[in-house]
Amino acid sequence: MVSKFGEFTRRDVLKATAAVAALGAGLGGAGLGNVGIAAAQQPELKIEPEKGAELRILRWKKFVQGDEDGWNANTQKFTEKTGIKVRIDSESWEDIRPKAAVAANVGSGPDIIFGWFDDPHQYPDKLVDLTDLATYLGNKYGGWYEAAQRYGMRDGRWIGLPVGAAGACIVYRKSWLNEAGFETMPRDTDGFLKACQAMAKKGHPSGFALGNAVGDGNTWTHSMLWAFGGRMVDEQGNVTINSPETVRALEYVAELYKTFAPGTLSWLDPNNNKAFLAGEIGVTANGISVYYSAKTSQDPAMQALAKDIEHVNFPIGPVGKPSELHLFTQGMVFKHSKYPNAAKEYLRFMMEKEQYEPWQQAAIGYITHPLAAYENNPIWTADPKHTPYRDTVKNMLWNGYAGKLGAASAGVMADYVVVNMFAEAASGQQTPKEAAARAERRAARYYKV
Amino acid sequence: MFVDTKHHRPAKPRAAPAPPRFRLGESRAAMGLLFMLPAASILLLFLAYPLGLGVWLGMTDTRVGRIGHYIGIENYEMLWMDSVFWTSVFNTFLYTVVASIAKFALGLYLALLLNRHLPFKAFLRAIVLLPWIVPTALSAIAFWWIYDSQFSIVSWSLQRLGLIDNYINFLGDPAWARASVIIANVWRGIPFVAITLLAGLQTIPPSLYEAATIDGATPWQRFRYVTFPMLTPIIAVVMTFSVLFTFTDFQLIYVLTRGGPLNATHLMATLSFQRAIPGGNLGEGAAIAVTMIPFLLSAILFSYFGLQRRRWQHGGTD
Repeated sequence: MVSKFGEFTRRDVLKATAAVAALGAGLGGAGLGNVGIAAAQQPELKIEPEKGAELRILRWKKFVQGDEDGWNANTQKFTEKTGIKVRIDSESWEDIRPKAAVAANVGSGPDIIFGWFDDPHQYPDKLVDLTDLATYLGNKYGGWYEAAQRYGMRDGRWIGLPVGAAGACIVYRKSWLNEAGFETMPRDTDGFLKACQAMAKKGHPSGFALGNAVGDGNTWTHSMLWAFGGRMVDEQGNVTINSPETVRALEYVAELYKTFAPGTLSWLDPNNNKAFLAGEIGVTANGISVYYSAKTSQDPAMQALAKDIEHVNFPIGPVGKPSELHLFTQGMVFKHSKYPNAAKEYLRFMMEKEQYEPWQQAAIGYITHPLAAYENNPIWTADPKHTPYRDTVKNMLWNGYAGKLGAASAGVMADYVVVNMFAEAASGQQTPKEAAARAERRAARYYKV
Repeated sequence: MFVDTKHHRPAKPRAAPAPPRFRLGESRAAMGLLFMLPAASILLLFLAYPLGLGVWLGMTDTRVGRIGHYIGIENYEMLWMDSVFWTSVFNTFLYTVVASIAKFALGLYLALLLNRHLPFKAFLRAIVLLPWIVPTALSAIAFWWIYDSQFSIVSWSLQRLGLIDNYINFLGDPAWARASVIIANVWRGIPFVAITLLAGLQTIPPSLYEAATIDGATPWQRFRYVTFPMLTPIIAVVMTFSVLFTFTDFQLIYVLTRGGPLNATHLMATLSFQRAIPGGNLGEGAAIAVTMIPFLLSAILFSYFGLQRRRWQHGGTD
């Protein structure tokens, strides 16, 4: 059997590299760049796709056109090179999770699914071990960022292959900020609040989603929570959300909320984009898609707006270091796939520099890399407005920080526990202390022993 | 008479006459069962089995990608102490009761209007059906724009007319959000009620109205003592369906608010989905869905007993 033989030899070859990666992981994310130096000596990964393989892939629908164009062009290249036919189905990004869940449950469906956040950790037993591939890529491309490892690995093996994050930054109108007396957007939480207050006074409110917005609601509220040292659970999985740090984060956001445009409690994912592009708000948190759509618009007014848009990373809070949450996507190869080697080869191909960098460029950096070497992709410096997005995965923590990813962290996020907590405190429906206590009770349901 | 002699063996005379052979084709009961089989299997496969599976799932801790274990009523105990669940129960009842009453009142009014001799009657009746024909997801997206906190046409118009200073926070304020989703549901549900009641109105013999008129009945009396009693069976059916549709509504809420703000519009159906699929907790999601069954059953029983009161149609009493 070709496939079995290929798998056997590959595993043999990669046992040594897995050990190197494990050592690298043990040393912590910050030091991962060092692993890349040793990478030069690593042998190339040889994956032999099964004969007559065909792949079915489920991927999220594009956020920006360039992403889809770039990805499809790479896929076509893969087919030309290997003869493996690839069919890509696209679904709205929020529909991927239920579809992947069904595929895992019934044991049939696409060979590869590009899922989000904790997806692989909900059904690790159904997924093909990608340790050899992840180790190879990590060694070759400067190592995986720490959060990427957290998302991809479980109990020492890789169950998902991190592809990147639709990173979010603070998006603001430069002229309006200047009008409010600030040259650049302050990088600390206190300064950021003052800037938002000054802009709101000039009639340019800010706007961050506080409705049940899966992406935009969860990302900025988690980033704020962590900036003040609040966290859902500790390393052992004990619920610690009801803490003075959380209360401080809630008090801060309650102040920030006063600078918001009306209606943010109802905002779902698309609202802030619409409001920002219409000039209703001057500050929000978003992926690069707002800038992309303004820049690529034929409308001169939109192009002028693009010139006025600036980006900056999330403000740093009392914890003193970046602590952000972003929409993180990874490829999962399911055990029900008849062609696991072809699937792995596809993922390898797409993550190699020759494909990955042009794809990032086509999407003007909508997806931020999980591998350190791609920091040098020229797309990040081609336009200074792209640069903050380069660091989003580096600055990222993982959902359910500081505990383990899994069913509990996924359940808490899906139930909007953090978003609701901030919404309750911000709108004054609960005091910050009450909101934190409520969140604790709700989270405890998921983290019960 | 047809006699089967094929297997007759005269060489072996029988001591006693053999009991009559069972013939499927001659048994009315067996044939009845046979003819019911296709329908019954469809019902069993597509209704009873999923229902049974749902009830079973509700008593397990099944998660996405993991087979669950039987845990008795633990899911229900957890829900009993879950404030979000109780909020969703409250919302579901508020939504169902208010929307159903509004749909009935407006639907009946519309049906009475359409029952008159109007110009372009057929055209008007077709127009009335439009909200019902448009896919819910599409009309929900239209309402999403209508209720938008920044771009609402309603707020824009009211502001231009000088009636309000600030845009109405349709979906951002819990009370407004509840009212807004109910209005959207009513808009969508009226045609069903109106057209069905209209069909009921047309079955009422004109002679009854003529007799009432000769007896000197006022228009109100004609409605109260002729129209309404004659319409009651149809009302029972229509309202049962209307209540069922409203109670189990999902799409409208999912598109408009996802259950927000602050879970103020979460219905039991949307919460069940949120917990089961994005949250991965299939057992708990199923348990929430199962808690809807008693309410749905009582609505069906109401309809059943409503239908029994057919004598009303003939002017009798219960």
